[in-house]
Amino acid sequence: MTGDIVPEKPVRDAIEVRGVSKIFGAGEGRVAALDDVSVSIRENEFFTLLGPSGCGKTTLLRLIAGFDFPTSGQIMLHGEDIAPLPPFKRPVNTVFQNYALFPHMTVAQNIGFGLEMLGRPKAEIEARVAAMLKLVQMEKLAGRRTSQISGGQQQRVALARALAPAPKVLLLDEPLSALDFKLRKEMQIELKRLQHETGITFIFVTHDQEEALTMSDRIAVMSSGRILQVGGPRDIYDHPAERFVANFIGDTNFLPATVLSSAGGKARVKLASGIEIDAPLPAGFTPGSEVTVVVRPEHARLMREASTLNGTVENVVYFGTDTHFHVALDQGRGFVVRQQNARSGEAGVSAGDRVGIFVGDGAAQVLKD
Amino acid sequence: MASARDFAESAERQDVRRRWALLSPALVIIFFAAVGPLFIMLVYSFLQKGDYGGVRWAFSTDGWFSVFFQRDIFDDTLSFADAHISILWRSVRLSLMTTLFTFLLGFPTAYFIATRPEKSRDIWLFLITIPFWTNLLIRTFAMQEVIRNEGVINTALLWLGIVDQPIQIMYTDKAILFGMLYVYLPLMVLPLYASLEKLDFRLVEAAYDLYATRFQVLRRVIMPLVKPGIIAGSILVFIPSLGAYVTPRVLGGGKNLMLGNLIELQFGQGRNWPLGAALSMTLLALVMVALLIYARQAQSRSLRHG
Ligand SMILES: Nc1ncnc2c1ncn2[C@@H]1O[C@H](COP(=O)(O)OP(=O)(O)O)[C@@H](O)[C@H]1O
Ligand SMILES: [Mg+2]
Repeated sequence: MTGDIVPEKPVRDAIEVRGVSKIFGAGEGRVAALDDVSVSIRENEFFTLLGPSGCGKTTLLRLIAGFDFPTSGQIMLHGEDIAPLPPFKRPVNTVFQNYALFPHMTVAQNIGFGLEMLGRPKAEIEARVAAMLKLVQMEKLAGRRTSQISGGQQQRVALARALAPAPKVLLLDEPLSALDFKLRKEMQIELKRLQHETGITFIFVTHDQEEALTMSDRIAVMSSGRILQVGGPRDIYDHPAERFVANFIGDTNFLPATVLSSAGGKARVKLASGIEIDAPLPAGFTPGSEVTVVVRPEHARLMREASTLNGTVENVVYFGTDTHFHVALDQGRGFVVRQQNARSGEAGVSAGDRVGIFVGDGAAQVLKD
Repeated sequence: MASARDFAESAERQDVRRRWALLSPALVIIFFAAVGPLFIMLVYSFLQKGDYGGVRWAFSTDGWFSVFFQRDIFDDTLSFADAHISILWRSVRLSLMTTLFTFLLGFPTAYFIATRPEKSRDIWLFLITIPFWTNLLIRTFAMQEVIRNEGVINTALLWLGIVDQPIQIMYTDKAILFGMLYVYLPLMVLPLYASLEKLDFRLVEAAYDLYATRFQVLRRVIMPLVKPGIIAGSILVFIPSLGAYVTPRVLGGGKNLMLGNLIELQFGQGRNWPLGAALSMTLLALVMVALLIYARQAQSRSLRHG
């Protein structure tokens, strides 16, 4: 896809999920936690599974880790089917949603556990544990019980414990969701740094779209057991393929439109206001199709004079860094424009003013449905 | 101001009085059921034996003396009371073995129950407790029906042709072990279950994830975390095993006595109440020592982990 920027990384699949379904229960209580999911995760990339609670993110991680088995489909690790491998034979480690630290062991013992189970020599374990403690800046607390450290520290220990055996792939199940805002921001940067330093493939699960956008090389957006779209953060944000993706990630304006002509993934569409614009569009649309286009609030510009869309300002909401203008379009829909606040203060537009909204070519995207 | 203080003090006094009043049922029970009888036993162990049972109210250490020593009837030489000591040893040995075997059987059982769906666990627990509904004596006789030469086990083994002679289990230590295993198994399963049920199985997954094999998960994660249950179960099984009376009596025949039978003998046919009392106190001391060793260990361990 267009905005997919993954520089200097070898394009080899670390994990390949092929047509995987997972059904829990039967009859009345039947739940398809995963419904024919296919996705390839490249080596050394920071890959994020993004979706609302209950969409099957944890289930997919558990299948990769080996705690559960797919009802159908295959999971390949570096091209080999890992179905026959029990969890303790998979070179994959997990940072659990609740950390799952061993309460009867110290911080250092927790971190060394994996290496110990692998039967590494004592000296090597000690050296590695020391290195891990340093990596997550927990040297001082090595001898503490895990019940005697804070949530953020537990998070670091869980991370160090999973990284210590140098897995090929690290699975992280909403590792930051239990942390408060400031700590979460810190850990986001920390995680990014760790991924960069270790070069391990990270599969990161979150329901926080901002977290996904800031941290990932690529994102898979999930809903109800299916992957709707896979792409780089810009790609997902600027070119959402489906209404759910557009809605779930960021604020969006939806507009009805008609396709006039299409060629090479670009289309000329006519908005309800009669204005024509260029917009990228997925395959499978013929001229005359009724479609929905999405426009991000910050991709539109507020004008004093008549423009692509016209309406009346209903509400002006000040957010510090930017201001949101809620405009009632003449065709009867609402439309939000976001503008960065200039140093000079007042944007000079207030409720009740007539305004035009400029939507440039390429600022809109045609949705699949 | 003084009145306020008076008021507070009197309220406190009242509070203390109320506390004692509320405690009184427990105190009565403790006194009449535990401390009182023990005290009587202690006193009896230092009295002379009566000719037809009972005691004569005169101080004597004969009872305690004969717990460990015996005087030859003819030449008055002193020697260790071999019979008592071998019974003591058998009691300790059989009780330790009972504890070990109930654990080996009870742990998988408790694990099985704890990993069932929540709804069916109650049914399994209920099944475990069913034997408690029947009198111990009757259960022991039922056990006899299973292990005697013409019993279920031997009949089956003979029929299958695995043996051509019935295996003699009745009236051996094995029979006692069998019986105690059966009787005390629920006492091991229930505390183990209580611990296992609280176990966070996500920790088990975490251990699998970190390359621990099934056995390593058991030894390094599950066992340490359910240790309180293991200890509680072991104490609950070991202590009553040590004083078991009905089981060795019925299944061990007359020869294979345990401490409980020896004590009973002194109060019955032996007509030596002081010795019986002294033996009881010895049993009590054994149990106390076992508990003390445990407490000491638990304490030093918690100190070390700080
Ligand atoms: N062990 C299970 N038994 C039955 N249903 C399950 C089980 N695990 C997950 N589910 C169901 O599968 C769906 C996806 O769950 P999950 O993967 O945990 O979602 P997420 O991690 O995205 O919040 C949910 O509807 C959940 O109720
Ligand atoms: Mg989840």
